[in-house]
Order: sequence, then structure tokens, then C-alpha cells
Amino acid sequence: MDGQAILLRLTSTFGPGIVETHDHHGDPTAVVERSAILEAFRFCRDDPDLRFNVLMDLTAVDYLKYPEREFGPRFEVVYHLYSLPHNHRLRLKVRVEEDDARAPSAVGLWPIANWFEREVWDMFGIRFDGHPDLRRLLMYEEFQGHPLRKDYPVTKRQPLIGPNN
Amino acid sequence: MAKRTRREIYLGEGSGTGSGSQHLYVNMGPSHPAMHGVIRILAELDGETVVNADVEIGYLHRAFEKECEAGPYNNAIPYTDRLNYVSPLINNFGYASCVEKLLGIDVTERCKYVRVIMSEISRVSDHLTCIGASAMELGAFTVFLYMIKAREYLWELVEDVTGARLTISYARVGGVKADLPDAFGVKVRKAFKETRQVLEEVGKLLTGNRIFMDRMVGVGALSREETIAYAITGPLLRAAGVSYDVRRAQPHWAYDRVEFEIPTGRNGDNYDRYLVRMAEMEQSMRIVEQALDALPGGPINVDWEGRAIDPASYVDLGKQGKTEGLLLIPITLSPNLAGIERPLHRALNVPDKRVVLPPKENTYGSIEGLMNHFMLIMDGYGIRPPKGEAYFAVEGANGELGFYIVSDGTDRPYRVRCRPPCFPPMAALPRMIEGEMVADIVPTFGSINMIAGELDR
Repeated sequence: MDGQAILLRLTSTFGPGIVETHDHHGDPTAVVERSAILEAFRFCRDDPDLRFNVLMDLTAVDYLKYPEREFGPRFEVVYHLYSLPHNHRLRLKVRVEEDDARAPSAVGLWPIANWFEREVWDMFGIRFDGHPDLRRLLMYEEFQGHPLRKDYPVTKRQPLIGPNN
Repeated sequence: MAKRTRREIYLGEGSGTGSGSQHLYVNMGPSHPAMHGVIRILAELDGETVVNADVEIGYLHRAFEKECEAGPYNNAIPYTDRLNYVSPLINNFGYASCVEKLLGIDVTERCKYVRVIMSEISRVSDHLTCIGASAMELGAFTVFLYMIKAREYLWELVEDVTGARLTISYARVGGVKADLPDAFGVKVRKAFKETRQVLEEVGKLLTGNRIFMDRMVGVGALSREETIAYAITGPLLRAAGVSYDVRRAQPHWAYDRVEFEIPTGRNGDNYDRYLVRMAEMEQSMRIVEQALDALPGGPINVDWEGRAIDPASYVDLGKQGKTEGLLLIPITLSPNLAGIERPLHRALNVPDKRVVLPPKENTYGSIEGLMNHFMLIMDGYGIRPPKGEAYFAVEGANGELGFYIVSDGTDRPYRVRCRPPCFPPMAALPRMIEGEMVADIVPTFGSINMIAGELDR
């Protein structure tokens, strides 16, 4: 299926659950309502025409300083799906607000989401509901803040940890 | 309180339990001779069997993604060298191609072939390192030395082309830094002859070796379904019998014009991973040989007709304003000007002044060239892709290496995300070693070919 057909199928199935779609640079992309995202994942994975069986990547983007997006939902969680049987790709996105930075966890569908979501929690401070073990992944426990947020300065220093002597 | 006998203590009863055996927690790493980087495996053992394991990563985190946001687009290229430091060229090209996708430009034919050639040479050197190191950990030190010898030949090729062995920074958005050197094809064929000989010797040493097979066959296996669910790609997925390869599924550069096979295994265990890697090296060399034969334009002969001017005096003339006709005179550039000559520049880079630095003759010889140079170098100017986002995947040595870049229309990437190919296998490592013996952790970990640089970023 080409990108347009995939997006059409998604919009016809989920209707208002799909906020927005585009096909820039040949990457079909759909922004999905947070409440519908798990249902959309299950549909994408199990529908015989889509069969997106690989969660290729999961990351987030902080739109705090993006032109014209300063007041919108601050974060976008970005999922890249790939279908081995059909050899096509899809990007799904969920927008989350800063004061309610949480998204449903995809661990139940793809076990790899476990580490990806831990990394997103670590780097962006977005919580994933239903995640079995949401710890920091790359940073250490005592680390303060979430470094890939746009308001985390690149030069910021962290307090020293460890025994006093 | 029951009186303890000496025997019970020997059996590992430990303190405080009263009766029965107790699980033992063993730390492997962060600094362990068999860990190919800094990583910690906390294994829960029942006797010598691994019951449970927790993998802790992040010791080599260098804020790659954050640093990329801090500088212009081309400044991220040296950082990408350090992602997978065994095959840095593939990272370079993957990043550059993602920016090109964002810009909507297509590189020249010759550049595509150069990228294919250099990527495949890197892939061979990566697989050589992986097999050599994991064989060494099983006691086959000879294999390691042989493999490193072969890698040395390949790294000499890389050095010939890029000037460096490891931190190569060879790609540019819209092209590559320089063309292949003279007689490169001859050198490649010589190096491949040596590599093939090494592979044959190693094949004889390992493939049917009783000790090696005892350690590898059936160890660390992951079922096909689980491999897919963990988003594992590359040799590990192919060893489980799925012939997914980005080079075939979504051919980038010139991969649709070369013939190669995708070797697959059946069992998804360490031995199949080894066999897949060995077979892939031969395929990679095949690709390089075809690409060298099909290199468009063939070898570029820079024919110095007329007077070749010394670069220093050329610059002097330019400074005095005597630029009339200078652009028509071919010159040789001294390496310390660190540029690329005009005929080669045209063959390798897209003819897009918004993206590619002009050839050094133009920069030093004409005001237009100088302006073009500064428009790309000055802070706040540079390459400015339109607003948007793009994901581009290449087949790295360990699997799908993806870059996801968001542009806000300025000269700096708003967000750069690297999808590291060895991240998913590391997430699945606890599943691979559960139920295996402690000693099996080492070959299983070796078969993943974890590269801390791209895992932790």
C-alpha cells in the first residue's frame, strides 16, 4: 500500500481519532488522539492490509521553541512503524501537554517499547501509563531534569553525587 | 537454631535463609574484559544458570542528540563518526542522506556509488571485528589476530580515501568530502584478496570446530516472532530466517543497481549469526567490486592542460583582484587548503549552492565563490531545510540505522534522533541469556556486536 492509501484507511477507521495527516517527503504521518493511540496500534499491527509488525523507533520531540507551536501541546511522542510482510512504513504521533505529560504504554503490543519508553521518560520526562518498570535508561537515578527538553540548557551542570569523601 | 554443617555452606546456602538454596546476584561490568564497551549486566543465578538478568546502559552517553541541536547541520557529521566507531562511514552517509531527504535533493550518481563502496568496506570491517572479538573471548586468539590483520587492510583503504582511520567525517550534506584516490580499485582488489584469504582460513578454523560449535550452536537463540517483536534488525534478524535488509527493501543510493544475496539462517542462535555475518562479508565485497566497475565516468583523470599554478600564487592573484580568466585555469590545490578540485567537485556534489560549499578555486578565486562560501559558513546562514520532518534508514552493520530529523527552517536541526541498530538486541539480551549458563553470556553478548557509541549516544 502506498502512503496515501494507508492514511485513508486510518482516517476512515478512526475518524475523529485522527487529528491530522500528511505525507511530506514520502513519509506517511498521522497525528492520533491520545485516547485512540493504543487502538490505532492494535489496528495497524493486526489489520491484514497494514500488518505493521515492527515498532522500528519510538521517540519524542519537544516543540517548546518551534515557530508557531509555542502555545500548542508541548510534546509529540513519535512512533515509527514498519511492516515486514508489506514493506511499508508509517509514522504515528501523539501530542501531549506539558502539565499532563503522559501517554499510554505500548509494551503490551511490542516488548521493545519497554526500553524506548524508558529512554523517552529519561530524556523528556513523559510518563507512560501501564509501563511495568519506568526507570531512567541512559542517565543515572540522581540526575536532575530531562536533558532533551528544550528548556534544559546544553551547558547545565549536575550536582556531584557519591560519598562525601 | 539449627547447627550448620560445613557441607551446607559449600552448597551456597548463604546466611539468613534457614534452608534450601538461594539465588546469587553477579555483576558483569561496567568494566569487564568480555564487555566490548562499558555496560553492566546484573545476573541472577541459580547455580550456574541465569534465571534473570537486568542490563544497564548509558555509561557512554555523550548527549549526541542534544549536541546536534546546538550547531549547524554539517557540524553534526563529526558526532556521527562516534556513533558506531567500527563502521563510521555508514553513520555519516545515513545522517547526510536524511538531511538531503529533508532538503529534497538527490546526490550525483558518482557520489551514490562512492557511498555504496565505502559503506560496504565499513560493513566488512565491522563484521570482522565482531567475529574476531567474539572468537577471541571463546579462546580463539588466532582468529582475532587474523581478523584484525584483514581489518587493517580495509582501514588502510579508508585512510586512503578519507585521511583518517576512525573519525573520518567523510560525508557532507549533498556529497562527500573528496573523491576516491588514484588507483583505488587496484588497492581494493588487493585488500579483498587478502581479506578473502583470511575469511577462508577463519572459516576452516571456526565453522566446523567442535569447541566453537559447542559454545555457539543453540546458544542465545531467540524465536523469529520474538526477534520481530523486539524490533531487532540486521544479521540477528536474518539469522532467525527473515530476509529483511534495508538495502533490498528500500534501496537507497545505488543498491538497486548491484547484485547481491541476503544470507539467512534458520535457528536464530549464535552460530547462525556467525554464519550470516561470514556470508555477508562476501556479499559486501561483491557489491564493492560491482560498484567499482560501474562507477560512472570511470576514473576521473584530471588533465592539467595549460599552466598549473601554484595555489599560493593563485590566492595572491585573487587577493590582488586579478581574477579575470582565473576560473578557467585548472590548478592543483595543495592539501593544506583542504578543499576539493573543481572537476571532482562537480562529479561528487549536487549542483546546489544553498547546500554545498563551492570548490576551493572558486572560494579563493572569485567574489561569487567567496560569498557562497560565507553564506554557508556564517552563523545563522548555512543549510536551511524547509520546515518539516523526515526519517531515513540505511542498513548499518548491525541492522537498520535510522535518522529522524525535525527542521524548523533555521540552519540548525531542531531535533535529531538516531535509531541505533544495536539498541533493540540489547533490550532483548535478558531474554536471550535467561535459562543459559553464565559462560553463555559472553558469546551471546559478542554475537549482538554491541557498540556502546551508538547504544548510548
